[in-house]
Amino acid sequence: MDIVEHYLYTKEHEWINIEDGVGTVGITEYAQSALGDITFVDLPHAEAEVEQFEQLTSVESVKSASDIFSPMSGRIIDVNDKLSDDPGLINRSCCDKGWIARIEISDMDESSNLLTAAEYGSYLESLDRNGDADSDE
Amino acid sequence: MIISVPRRTPLFNTHMALGAKMVPFGGWEMPLQYPDGILKEHEANRKGCSVFDCSHMGEFLIEGDAVACGLERIVTQPLADQPVGTCRYGMALNASGGTIDDLIVYRLAPEKWMVVVNAANIAKDAAHFRAHLASGTRFEDVSDETAKIDVQGPLSRDVMAALVPGVRDLAYYTFGIFRVLGEDVIVSRTGYTGELGYEIYYPWGRTGKLWDALCADRRVHPTGLGVRDVLRIEVCYPLYGHELSEEISPLEAGLGRFVDTGKDFMGRAELLRRDREGGRRIIHFVSASRRAPRQGHAIFSAEGVVAGDVVSGTFSPALGAGVGIGFIKKEFTGAYKNIIFGDEKMRVDAQAASRPFYKTGSLRA
Repeated sequence: MDIVEHYLYTKEHEWINIEDGVGTVGITEYAQSALGDITFVDLPHAEAEVEQFEQLTSVESVKSASDIFSPMSGRIIDVNDKLSDDPGLINRSCCDKGWIARIEISDMDESSNLLTAAEYGSYLESLDRNGDADSDE
Repeated sequence: MIISVPRRTPLFNTHMALGAKMVPFGGWEMPLQYPDGILKEHEANRKGCSVFDCSHMGEFLIEGDAVACGLERIVTQPLADQPVGTCRYGMALNASGGTIDDLIVYRLAPEKWMVVVNAANIAKDAAHFRAHLASGTRFEDVSDETAKIDVQGPLSRDVMAALVPGVRDLAYYTFGIFRVLGEDVIVSRTGYTGELGYEIYYPWGRTGKLWDALCADRRVHPTGLGVRDVLRIEVCYPLYGHELSEEISPLEAGLGRFVDTGKDFMGRAELLRRDREGGRRIIHFVSASRRAPRQGHAIFSAEGVVAGDVVSGTFSPALGAGVGIGFIKKEFTGAYKNIIFGDEKMRVDAQAASRPFYKTGSLRA
């Protein structure tokens, strides 16, 4: 499984790529695979404020819906409009072209609450060992 | 202490080897989807050829004159005049006019019948038939010996004909006995997807070779229960437990054309009384967006008044929008068009639509 080295991660399988105080947010390979083909993305509104680990948006696959949580607090300054017509972009390129929103980060110290790539990798292994409760049907 | 372990079809190991995601369904462990994903399986069924493992479903064999043995009174469709070699879809009702199960009756011979029922209702249905067939009527539950593979899609006739030449001329909703890989079995031109398709009833222990032979055809794509539900919703076919149940009558579900009120059958009086007095009515609707309605969502009138609830919903790859089926209170039926569905977190506009949502299937090709 591809885990991008310089991203930070949450246990809910979101990633954030921080550059110059702005974080680009998406979901991981593990999440997109578990969700299956994504059919709808409820894009957040630009200018909206989000809190760390609060709901950022929700996505739907053919038969179910899942909440996506923001890895850090801040103000949304951009959303990926391509996802309106092509939600499958998340499945095809979850860590690159399938980004969901960009956030102007309000508190950089919050990054200490996130997992590094290595920590996220270990976390995924522990899920495999213990058997993750299926969030799908 | 009774521990309930889900049962497995003869193809369980095959599904696992294909990497299927397995889920519990009606007491069985069934493939929800295969690794290529739901959209690919959907496309295979609507444009190519899908195979489904439906071995969990139930089959009963009954011998007797339809009227004399009591079968005619159990089923809402007329059986006495059903031609041999044809199938009839209907229901068995309870005393309140609600639905015990929906089923298909195959007339094998003037006094020989096969009744095919939903997997989750096999025990309930068998008890019902046994209780109401005339004593001495031969009734056999052959579900455990009978597997079933559904072959569905515009290319299914060509796929089937490569395996079973005589099947090419089979007319819609008829069946025959065909030699399939050395076994003489029932093949019917029936299905649950709205596309041209067939159901093959096969000896339980030998089903593996049939599945393998079908999958060796590169036009064929294994397809799971997840997509099966999407396909049947797209053509507005009922699923027991959603559009039909012990509490829901076939008339409330808009299935009156499968109920012959001119004949006597169990539940008829209550069915008609409920229909006269009104209550709930089925509604089919298309979401204004890609967002899908889900079972349990509420349905609101355009003015925001609670009108009913959603019993089935999904994103429809064929329409590129959410589609749903629900029941609304009698006072909201009539000249409505615009509705809203949703829950505490979201509200979505939708429009009532005529059945089926997907109108260009190959079913009658």
